Amino acid sequence: MGLAKRIIPCLDCDKGRVVKGVKFVDIRDAGDPVEVSKRYCDAGADEITFLDITASHEDRATTVDTVRAIAGQVFIPLTVGGGIRTLDDIRTMLNAGADKVAINTAAVNNPEFVREAAERFGSQCIVVAVDAKRVAQEGESLKWEIFTHGGRNPTGIDAIEWVKRMVECGAGEILLTSMDRDGTRTGFDLELNKAVSQAVQVPIIASGGVGNLEHLAEGVLQGEADAVLAASIFHFGEFTIQEAKQHMAARGIEVRI
Amino acid sequence: MNKVAVIDYGMGNLHSVAKAVEHVGGDLGQTTEVLVTSDAGKIAEADRVIFPGVGAIRDCMAEIRRLNVGQIVEDAMKSKPVLAICVGMQALMQFSEENGGVDCLGFMQGQVRYFGDTLRDANGQRLKVPHMGWNEVTQTKDHPLWKDVPDNSRFYFVHSYYVQTDTPENVTGTTQYGTEVVAALADDNIFATQFHPEKSQKAGLTVLRNFLTWDGQR
Repeated sequence: MGLAKRIIPCLDCDKGRVVKGVKFVDIRDAGDPVEVSKRYCDAGADEITFLDITASHEDRATTVDTVRAIAGQVFIPLTVGGGIRTLDDIRTMLNAGADKVAINTAAVNNPEFVREAAERFGSQCIVVAVDAKRVAQEGESLKWEIFTHGGRNPTGIDAIEWVKRMVECGAGEILLTSMDRDGTRTGFDLELNKAVSQAVQVPIIASGGVGNLEHLAEGVLQGEADAVLAASIFHFGEFTIQEAKQHMAARGIEVRI
Repeated sequence: MNKVAVIDYGMGNLHSVAKAVEHVGGDLGQTTEVLVTSDAGKIAEADRVIFPGVGAIRDCMAEIRRLNVGQIVEDAMKSKPVLAICVGMQALMQFSEENGGVDCLGFMQGQVRYFGDTLRDANGQRLKVPHMGWNEVTQTKDHPLWKDVPDNSRFYFVHSYYVQTDTPENVTGTTQYGTEVVAALADDNIFATQFHPEKSQKAGLTVLRNFLTWDGQR
């Protein structure tokens, strides 16, 4: 027995509410983030990831209040991402009770930001979020490019090289989302996960595409992920965290039950 | 009134520790006042002291020295229950390999070592560093802080360096991660954990609750 693989429910939040954009469908309201977090924590979630998708700067104050409220009730690790651009942003979130912050666009704009953040706050709280998309032409070997701004802007940067560089800068963990699979419910991009997991020493959180419990197991067994993240399968009551853990345990994966 | 001082030396998130202690204080039905402070006078007045720590040891030790936190911890260790967490525990040792080698407080005998880049489990599987997530803690010795915590409960860890103690008789808990890792150490009125009780849900909150009622004896 040893370290358990983690199951992480993800809360995408807009103006203080949990929402989930299902591809090609309107964004659905999935509740109050404090209540939802508490419910997942009580149900045995190993961590909570809170992604702020609020567009306007003014509404960001709501996010800090929400993080503070979650942290007062949830005694498992809490990662906060979305709009983290400065060392002050990180300090604000850590002081509000976040344990880790996820950095995406700001890292691409200035990779040294990740180094400064890791030096100031420690690698243990710096998660680099990577949105990757397949770009290899037919006949080429597998290749992925990273995107910013929630997957809208291409960067021309190779995903594997990027992740290596981020770890060298001090990233303590990688949150890896497949743009091809996000919202499709067809499972993680297992080849992407495996390639990234083997390229670096730090833990990888697989994200994007979970539609059933076997997808979570595949992420660990074939994708070599250290943690698996999902949103909609938990938010709308399709599966509970315990069902997910029992399924993974039945597939021989060590989990915290 | 139970006064708990969480020593603030400017390193990282103390909100979690303070919130978790307030939470379990409420469960106990006692009035628990949690102070997050570096004020030596206030810490001296507290009934019990928590010495947390996150981040890199070089920066932690620099702030500990600048704010004279070593003296504060040493004074607390003479007279009241002290709980050291994660880098707080590592700072109590003599020396850490992190950041090219850093002298620590030396209140406990031993060194802090790097897991290494080629860590493997018993089956030869590669292990990631940092050791991040929920691992099982075997209670190698009875202790009041283990009360009502089932043996081999999982606690949340996040660290790349681990304690190698020169006083194995003080080890109260271990976990396995490529090697046997000291998860908890105890010496008189001090209890030190590599894991984060404030992030370890039920098992962790139970340890914190026990700390709030501990008289500092074995």
